Amino acid sequence: MTHPDPAGAPPLLRLRDVRVAFGGGGKTVQALSGVDLDVRRGEAVALIGESGSGKSVTLRTLMRLHPPRHTRVEGEIRIEGQDVLAMSARQLAALRGPVVSMVFQEPLLALDPVYPIGNQIVEMIRRHEAIDAKAARARALSLFERVRIPSPQRRLEAYPHELSGGMRQRAMIALALACQPRLLLADEPTTALDATVQIQILLLLRELQRELQLAIVFVTHDIGAAAEIADRVAVMYGGRIVEQGSMAQLLQAPRHPYTIALLKSRAHGALRKGERLDTIAGSPPDLAALPPGCAFADRCTLALPACRERVPGLESLSADHAVRCLRADQTIGAIP
Amino acid sequence: MAYSRASAAVHAPQPAAVERSPGYWSNVWRRLRRDPAAMAAGSLILLLILMAVLAPWITPADPFHASMLRRLRPIGTPGYPLGSDELGRDLLSRLMLGARLSLFMGITPVIAAFVLGSALGVIAGYAGGMANTVIMRTVDVFYAFPSVLLAIALSGTLGAGIFNALVSLTIVFVPQIARVAESVTTQVRRSDYVDAARASGARSWTIVRVHVLSNVLGPIFVYATSLISVSMILASGLSFLGLGVRPPEPEWGLMLNTLRTAIYTQPWVAALPGVMIFVTSISFNLLSDGLRSAMEVKE
Amino acid sequence: MSATVLPAHADVGGPAQPLLSVRGLVKHFPLKQAPWQRREGTAVRAVDGVDFEVLKGETLGVVGESGCGKSTTARLVMQLLAQDRGELVFDGLTVGSHRLSLREFRRQAQMVFQDSYSSLNPRMTIEDSVAFAPTVHGVPRAQAVTAARELLERVGLQPQRFAGRYPHELSGGQRQRVNIARALALRPRLVILDEAVSALDKSVEAQVLNLLLDLKAAFGLTYLFISHDLNVVQYISDRVMVMYLGEVVELGPVQAVFHRPMHPYTQALLRSMPSMDPAQRTEAAPLAGDPPNPIDPPPGCRFHTRCAHARAICRQQAPELRRHGPHAVRCLIHQPESGYAASEALT
Repeated sequence: MTHPDPAGAPPLLRLRDVRVAFGGGGKTVQALSGVDLDVRRGEAVALIGESGSGKSVTLRTLMRLHPPRHTRVEGEIRIEGQDVLAMSARQLAALRGPVVSMVFQEPLLALDPVYPIGNQIVEMIRRHEAIDAKAARARALSLFERVRIPSPQRRLEAYPHELSGGMRQRAMIALALACQPRLLLADEPTTALDATVQIQILLLLRELQRELQLAIVFVTHDIGAAAEIADRVAVMYGGRIVEQGSMAQLLQAPRHPYTIALLKSRAHGALRKGERLDTIAGSPPDLAALPPGCAFADRCTLALPACRERVPGLESLSADHAVRCLRADQTIGAIP
Repeated sequence: MAYSRASAAVHAPQPAAVERSPGYWSNVWRRLRRDPAAMAAGSLILLLILMAVLAPWITPADPFHASMLRRLRPIGTPGYPLGSDELGRDLLSRLMLGARLSLFMGITPVIAAFVLGSALGVIAGYAGGMANTVIMRTVDVFYAFPSVLLAIALSGTLGAGIFNALVSLTIVFVPQIARVAESVTTQVRRSDYVDAARASGARSWTIVRVHVLSNVLGPIFVYATSLISVSMILASGLSFLGLGVRPPEPEWGLMLNTLRTAIYTQPWVAALPGVMIFVTSISFNLLSDGLRSAMEVKE
Repeated sequence: MSATVLPAHADVGGPAQPLLSVRGLVKHFPLKQAPWQRREGTAVRAVDGVDFEVLKGETLGVVGESGCGKSTTARLVMQLLAQDRGELVFDGLTVGSHRLSLREFRRQAQMVFQDSYSSLNPRMTIEDSVAFAPTVHGVPRAQAVTAARELLERVGLQPQRFAGRYPHELSGGQRQRVNIARALALRPRLVILDEAVSALDKSVEAQVLNLLLDLKAAFGLTYLFISHDLNVVQYISDRVMVMYLGEVVELGPVQAVFHRPMHPYTQALLRSMPSMDPAQRTEAAPLAGDPPNPIDPPPGCRFHTRCAHARAICRQQAPELRRHGPHAVRCLIHQPESGYAASEALT
């Protein structure tokens, strides 16, 4: 049962109050504490955050990749209107590949090292569709051409370790697209790549987004990479989304103190020689012992006692800009 | 100079004592304590060792007192709780005293091989190059022989007797330990902290002593403990073949040999020394496995 | 007290003399191949003739992509690898000569590695790790430990909390601070930072960069800062060196290189940086393909296979590193006598 959003089209992906806790070993780690997110068809959304913010956990929860024994997931996750958390193993397997698929940070770890890439793509296709090996192979070849791998015929027979870093990442994208999914989840896909290769991959993803009307959720800690690809961006901290909005708004008029501090702490050429970087005091919260109020309060220069009492709600500042902060009125014009 | 200025400013009275984290081995011990199989095995081994040490004083009967009239009595015979052997000696007492030699011959060669093998392996692993090639290829020659065959061949050459059996078993185990030692040392050698130590001007021996050994001896030790059961069985095997312990000394392997013919008349009695070997080996293996698991977890 | 235990290093040559002079550094890693295997080349030519100087008190940034040889260069400078050819001159004295032994050089040059975890012995406490190097050079243990605690304080780690801990109990940023403390324990003059902040979160990276600036001023250090992050290099460096396939292709003051890059590779590299402006996104990748393999570098100019300005002459003649004032570049475009202008373009 889909709930149409104000724009008229039902969202492809809908997250409502998603909470994820990892148990085992005595203590419970609250990785996500209430995440709300909508992604529409053909839209690229970036999840930005640092270690422990919950961005990678969000992606993996979408496809229910965590071991069920130690993981507790609550909330609502709907992909194309279907309730992912209520799916059986069979339904999940039908979801992964044709509807949603994922691209990882390190292809060498995500691809099977003992099979040629072509075989892995064919295997994926034939798992979900009833076509013969020859047709599947032809599709794999066209996928390789689509992601612009040079000499695609030869590369189909290569093993993952025989390809260079950039080509491996392209191959992984090809694998992810093999069953024509509507949603692509990318977990830091360009972090391990050189700058000249990174821009190629980002451009490729943008092109695929346009051509295939592919929705992309792009997780990264690099704001620059996100700016190249994302239409909208959500900043995560301590397992929650603290600010959401269009890329332009977040870069030019951020309102959450964490987002502002993050942007200000970036080293860039415009700084004067020897000028110190603005740093964020303190360290990220312990996810096993989250404070009752705003997770950023201890490090925030604007924090009031009220901030520590309860978690602020996500307030809309405009049609496409929301912030989870009681002090958002104090942060107008923070970035000149 | 800038340095003295900086440190003079910090020259305050010594602050409160430094918090100390439990070291690596205390953490290992803590994890091991929570492993029921390993703890049970460890307790059993301790009991066996205790029994072996106290054997001369606690055996119910004289292990060497023979009586041809009372040969091969079954289990439960009054005066012979576990029966009697082919010469009428109390089996329980012989098993208890036999623990001494069996355990001794199981553990001693492994300790000796641990020392020798680690030395060879660490040197080969750290030095690399020609030294590594010479040492490891020599070790490989011995490693190529199946251990039982090698043990028998060496024992046969050196002659029967406990000392010779210990020597041959040590030689059998040195290559195995050396290989593990070399492999682990090579890995550690490549790590950045060893490079950092080299970059600070430390000499090779200092680096090995301070950085390499503490990281390498643990895994080698775990591997060595898994060899104890093998050593016991090999030692028993050598005694069985007449190459190790000589009668009338009680040793479980030797007892298996001499009770061989009784397997048709008193099978339970004849099997008992084998049961002891089995139980002890399993215990060492379980302990070794538990140790490995406890050491593997990287927090 | 602790500072006078180790004798301070004398400045031998005065401020005008470069602290480190690298000349003709070459390092090839031979490939093991069976006689029946046919391979294109016989060795990985990781560093293939590198010359540069590090001036006293400066930060020299080194940028380049996979396979360019910057990490190998760092290890060669630290003499963790022995070079095939070439020499290192430290403050006018050749490293390894009788006037400057390797051991003495190692007191004056130290390195911070990228992987903060594997740089620390997992079985040693933090203070032991930091105190190790001075003990090697004869400092009594008690004094080395006291000095170590002072250093930990200096890098922002309270000794009471951290000195007795083990590496796995610390976060990445904290471990990297420990590594910096360890590198400073011998009071070196030159510190090589090999991707020292690359693996850290951005906010932690900012803290560590500030710390590095503070320490440089307080202790009068000289930095060789290797990184793939152009923003950070631009921020922290005085001069910057660009490497490609084992060679230095451009070297000069940081603003000159970043705002008026002369080498086509540098230009492409700078254009590959994300624009940070969603309204003006990059439309085309400045450079196609992947960084090539140093096993078999292209003939002539090594960059000609990917260069938008390549001409026929670039395939035949290898350019040399030519100085234009403080700015040096290795490109035939800037070598007028090479015949570049007359040569025809490669399609």
